[in-house]
Amino acid sequence: MWNLLQIELYKIFRKPRTYLAFAIIAAFIFLIQLGLLVNGKDWMKFMLGSLDETMAFNYDELINGYAVCFVVLNLLLVHVPILVALVAGDVVSGEASMGTLRLLAAKPVSRTQIILAKYFATAVYVFALLLWIAIISLVISIAVFGTNDLVVAKTNGLQVIESNDVLWRYFCAFGFAFIAMMVVAAISLLLSVLSENSIGPIVATVGIIIVCTLISEMEIPIYQKYIKPYLFTTYMLGWKGFFYIGSTDDNETIRGSIQYLPGILKSIAALLVYIVALVGASVFIFRKKDILS
Amino acid sequence: MASIIQVSNLSKQFKDIHAVEDLSFTVEEGDVYGFLGQNGAGKSTSIRMLLTLIKPTAGSISIFGKDLSTNRNEILKQVGAVIEKPDLYKYLSAYDNLAIFAKMSGIKADKKLLMDQLKMVGLDERANSKVKTFSQGMKQRLGIAVALIHNPRLIILDEPTNGLDPQGIADMRNLILQLSREMGKTIVVSSHLLSEIELVANRMLIIHKGKKIVEGKVAELLDPSRSLVQIETSDNTATREKLQQTKWSSSLQNKEGKLQLKMNKEDVPQLIAELVAMQVQVISVDPMHSLEDYFLSLTTQPGHVESFAN
Amino acid sequence: MKRILFLVFFFQLSLLTQAQDVNALVQKVKDKINLVNDYEAGGKMKTNVTFLKVPVAAVKLYFKKPNKLKIKNEKGISFIPRGAVNINMSNVLSSGKYSVLDAGNDKIGNTAVKVVKLLPEDDNAEVVLSTLYIDPVNHVILKTKTTTRDNGTYELEMGFGKYIAWGLPDKIIFSFNTKDYKMPKGVTFDFDDGTKKKTPEEKEKLKNQKGKVEISVSSYSINKGIADSVFN
Repeated sequence: MWNLLQIELYKIFRKPRTYLAFAIIAAFIFLIQLGLLVNGKDWMKFMLGSLDETMAFNYDELINGYAVCFVVLNLLLVHVPILVALVAGDVVSGEASMGTLRLLAAKPVSRTQIILAKYFATAVYVFALLLWIAIISLVISIAVFGTNDLVVAKTNGLQVIESNDVLWRYFCAFGFAFIAMMVVAAISLLLSVLSENSIGPIVATVGIIIVCTLISEMEIPIYQKYIKPYLFTTYMLGWKGFFYIGSTDDNETIRGSIQYLPGILKSIAALLVYIVALVGASVFIFRKKDILS
Repeated sequence: MASIIQVSNLSKQFKDIHAVEDLSFTVEEGDVYGFLGQNGAGKSTSIRMLLTLIKPTAGSISIFGKDLSTNRNEILKQVGAVIEKPDLYKYLSAYDNLAIFAKMSGIKADKKLLMDQLKMVGLDERANSKVKTFSQGMKQRLGIAVALIHNPRLIILDEPTNGLDPQGIADMRNLILQLSREMGKTIVVSSHLLSEIELVANRMLIIHKGKKIVEGKVAELLDPSRSLVQIETSDNTATREKLQQTKWSSSLQNKEGKLQLKMNKEDVPQLIAELVAMQVQVISVDPMHSLEDYFLSLTTQPGHVESFAN
Repeated sequence: MKRILFLVFFFQLSLLTQAQDVNALVQKVKDKINLVNDYEAGGKMKTNVTFLKVPVAAVKLYFKKPNKLKIKNEKGISFIPRGAVNINMSNVLSSGKYSVLDAGNDKIGNTAVKVVKLLPEDDNAEVVLSTLYIDPVNHVILKTKTTTRDNGTYELEMGFGKYIAWGLPDKIIFSFNTKDYKMPKGVTFDFDDGTKKKTPEEKEKLKNQKGKVEISVSSYSINKGIADSVFN
């Protein structure tokens, strides 16, 4: 299995396409950082609207490394699934269209091992991608903008997280994002097993995410009640839960707390169920599949 | 001699298409076994079933005396294959491709072994070039290197000469003979060209529309003394009855409406003389002198084939 | 009829004398406030507003006559309701002219207080009406209610301790109605974390709650001079 994983990793990380994702992310984050560096105050004024009519605060303090990273994650993590699909959607179908799948499947390794090795290799890729995002969005933002308290805006208010209470939330958020992205990878894997060309699964994955997100966001009662609880996209934004700090009855934040941990744990559980089901289905189908490519 | 491959009553059905139907054959140790059929005859489906790429609908395959479905990995460790086009990882070098498949075959291949293998197929100087820069012939040679890197007992080559230039085809032929004679490998080679099979195989099987037409030693199947001769007379039924009374009765083929005999071509003049003596009005005598003729006419006159499937 | 007229006259007279009393009281309070030219104070600020979840902050307060006040977080980010900065006592008492009305007596805790209403004479003044609850013994204001033109109604409660001689409170509780506070909209990337959804009625109720900012001052440094730049 270890050998197989090494081989799959080698295949992924020798593909030029893989580095495209890293380049896109770097470019995207640099653009946000540059924008906020040059024009952050105006942007913040725009985002906070007329808040400063009733509240006194310092815009310069609001734009710090933690806040920049938070902005980056909010804007970026929604799009990372595309980059995950770019690689994960290709792992089986790409080999099918290239013609190497039949060589692979005629080797003395079980099809289950092939699929699992491919999924684990994708996991390493996703991990590397998130690590890359973390390094650029967090480390560079902190280096450029410094640190201060993190102000998180929710629809029902603002909350201030003290600067020394922020970093662990980012680690947790990246961990959560990893699990969420592995669901995307699992969807891509399943579609990749079903397909013989590599574009199909990538487009289909993105399509599924868009449709599910729309259903998740539509406030139509019947969808909310009967469909939304079963959609993976409902749980994908759970990383934000780590930035919803707990508070006392008189609205004083409690350092190191999370407003609603069970909600996050439920999201993680739901996502893990999705992963197991999707990877299980991929293995099942791939084991039964006649390789005709 | 032990059987390397034993296929019994193998069938594969894709939805309502019978790709392979009730196919049985045996490959012995040391054979170069030709698998002959037109495109779409079921060769590839059969070969893919041997390599566990396709699951049979019915029947069993045993390789090296073990059931393939239960001893898959153990068996495949000793099997090397080139399946249709030799597609490899285009974005990787020849060396990397070889290294990957060596690892997947479960062997520890050091640099020397890999380079030796590339040298054997004449690619040692292009070891670090990406496969996408290779010609079809180079890819084919690399495919062979990949198939052989783990020193398999059984080598399966599916249409190995497809897309090759005449020199490439000759090289492939020599390689097959070399593997067989010098290294004692058992080889299954499929082709839609009888001439290819004829030149390398000692035993062969002809498959058509998923069914076995004939299996046997190439030398015997292509023996001119076992030709099929078709006679057209003024009254075929009466002629058949007359012939049944003669020594030709054992050569007569059971074929509705047509009068066919399996016989040595050299005996044809004698047959004509006897027919004339029996006062049969002979319209034509048509000797179908070799298996190749039958094979070539498979599509146009399927009746000929059925007559072979005795 | 005569009797009624007399009563009316008497009532007006008593009002007048009372007004003179409260004017004197307000003047005394003002005198006390005027003792302080500037101060720098250190303390803790606790904000209790439903839509604002913040930690207790260590703050510094800077004041300079006539009406400069600045609250600064020692570290980190703070959101301070604008009213808390604009509406302070010297602001109420020193800016412009106003009519003083006696509104009787009351009690805050165990302390008997005089209730005084201030009506600015300028119709366009930001403050529409101030009600002061004055401790007539110590000449300090224990509580004020201020209705402003733009910023709603505020309540200021003050507790006094060792700085009572300067008229400076140890504890300031600033309460306000949060209804008029504007929140950013459409910029948040909310995520439904599974907490129970609030109905619109509940949301409205939350919005109408009172917000509070509580500052506990541990020490004052009075009349040591403060540069104007601090207030920018």
